[in-house]
Amino acid sequence: MTSSSTGVTKSAIRTNKVCRYYPMGNSVIRAVDGVSLAIERGEFVALLGQSGSGKSTLLNLLAGLDRPTSGSVVVQGRDLATLLSEELAQYRRNVVGMVFQSFHLISSMTITENVELPMRFAEMERAQRAQRVRESLERVGLSHRLEHRPSELSGGEQQRVSLARALANAPSLLLADEPTGNLDSHTGEDILGLIRDLSLSLGMTVVMVTHERALAERFAQRLIFLADGKLVSEEVRA
Amino acid sequence: MKGYDMIELAGRNLRQSKLRNGLTTVGISVGVASLVAMLSLGVGLQQMATRRLTGSGLFDTVFVTSKQDYRGFDRDEDRKTPHPENAPILDEPARGKISHLANVTEVEPEIRVIGEILYGGQTHFGFVTGLPMSARENEAFDTLQGRFFSSDEADEVILLRDFAKELNDQDPKSLIGQEVILRYGERQALAPDNSDRPQLSGGQNNAADSDDSFGFSVVRKTQKVKVVGIIDEEPYGGMRTVSRGRIFLPVGTTERLSMAQTSDARGVLGGGGNKIYMTLTVRVKDPGKVAAVQDTINQMGFRTFSILDATKSLRRFFTVLDLFLGIFGSLALAVATLAIINTLVMAVLERRREIGVMKAIGASDVDVKKLFFTEAGAMGLFGGLLGIGLGFAIGKAINFGTGVYLRNHQLPAESVWVLPPWLIAAAIGFSILVSLLAGLYPASRAARLDPVQTLKYE
Repeated sequence: MTSSSTGVTKSAIRTNKVCRYYPMGNSVIRAVDGVSLAIERGEFVALLGQSGSGKSTLLNLLAGLDRPTSGSVVVQGRDLATLLSEELAQYRRNVVGMVFQSFHLISSMTITENVELPMRFAEMERAQRAQRVRESLERVGLSHRLEHRPSELSGGEQQRVSLARALANAPSLLLADEPTGNLDSHTGEDILGLIRDLSLSLGMTVVMVTHERALAERFAQRLIFLADGKLVSEEVRA
Repeated sequence: MKGYDMIELAGRNLRQSKLRNGLTTVGISVGVASLVAMLSLGVGLQQMATRRLTGSGLFDTVFVTSKQDYRGFDRDEDRKTPHPENAPILDEPARGKISHLANVTEVEPEIRVIGEILYGGQTHFGFVTGLPMSARENEAFDTLQGRFFSSDEADEVILLRDFAKELNDQDPKSLIGQEVILRYGERQALAPDNSDRPQLSGGQNNAADSDDSFGFSVVRKTQKVKVVGIIDEEPYGGMRTVSRGRIFLPVGTTERLSMAQTSDARGVLGGGGNKIYMTLTVRVKDPGKVAAVQDTINQMGFRTFSILDATKSLRRFFTVLDLFLGIFGSLALAVATLAIINTLVMAVLERRREIGVMKAIGASDVDVKKLFFTEAGAMGLFGGLLGIGLGFAIGKAINFGTGVYLRNHQLPAESVWVLPPWLIAAAIGFSILVSLLAGLYPASRAARLDPVQTLKYE
């Protein structure tokens, strides 16, 4: 079952028979194979599945980091498959915020510099940037670690910085790839709680890839299950 | 991304690998220094040669004669002149007109007359010539004993050493500051002769005249002049009319004293009684402008001569020399270019994850490309600046070494190495350009990186 039929105009994200195939030697890996789904604005959705089920690939397609082999990925009315490389970069800069399992902070930069980086790409003025950095770090509870480097922070703190960076350009879509994968369960819960709160307060749509069903059930509004690149089921939470 | 952000990020990235980037920058600087040293040597040699040639007073000079004068420099041309009698004469108005031409700094007649110096109760014969004030720059005056003329109409004389020895064999230098008596023939105009003797006519000027009764007489005169200097050799390398003298006066003084010359007879015959010049020497601002001035004077109907062809050959020679020096100098820079490529390719490999993250959070391919270009350009800029400093030090060493060598051979020191401001700017610009070209491949490689792959890889 798919949700493609639900509220086309209300949907923040809509994919239609999206496929992503990779050639490997003489065979073809069908990482995402004809997935159609719709996610509403402000919704918190978890993509679940075993390793190799295609959830991260689907997330990369939603993030505009990868292009579909066929089908369409429409975000806020724009089909990402048809965008030029520069337009995709603009989309990633202004619409999307990304959080990764291994945080992907730049180790040579301070926390402030890391959070400031997306704003540099967005050509934001210095004064505005400084204010946004403070706000973003306050929001994740790290306003006292501005000049620290990532290596001086715990895993949970690093993920908070990663979250602050993702929020820097005030995105409408937050994509999280295994955000709790490198954290202990308690810290993982804290991070997901934070993401949920931010989603609610800022009205952001959240798509999270995870293999931890319990956490997904606790924080997400809807669970989407993938297997072998196909959408196999959905579960709406109360 | 804004320019200052790009520079800030590039600077931060370069600081991350101080040693590697520093060594690459030093490599560029060695290349730039080699290029600068070579080209500066070429510039220095060219300037030295130009200085020498300009010092000779021949290469920035146009000699002008009237086509009426059959004793020109180019006899073949004379035969081609259809009606030389109709050619304009070289008189005072013509001199004034030429002196107002663009790039002309001086127009002086070539005055050379017979004269005598009375000193110690004896008479010493010698040719007297008039020198313009610009003759001071002539290399013959580099070793002047005493001083040059105080003004263009001063009653002062400079003697050739041989002539000074004739006056005082024991201590010719003691003549400096002494007054001597110059004896010369003064041209004095005669009152019009209205007698009934037959009148002659010929040439355009005479044909227009109703009265041929012009004339002058030559009267012996004396003038006290002060010896102010002694020179060892004839000015202008002995190549000009005024070179061939032993007694030198300011040209203004020779004109003020109305010293009679052979050309005065020409004036009587064909100049309607006006003063006629056999030759005018036109000094041009720089040797490069000689051709244009020469053309303009030719168009006025006069015959001209310059040693332009020799300067052309000289320019060609130095252009080829500069080219070869530039090629040799660029070899080190070519090696440095490979170092830049290597450094940046290494940086791309090391920063794969960082590039992937930057793309994931909004950097475009162009941003990534520009960032690597800025890093390459910064290395080029600093390498260029350092190279200029290094090249300057090498040049100073060359000048010092050459000076020591020349002094050991009893020759005056010369600056064979000259670093003009344009070369500084050009070297830095070239260094940046080469660095940017070297950054092309690494930058496009970085821009092409697939963020999904780089993030997965890490």
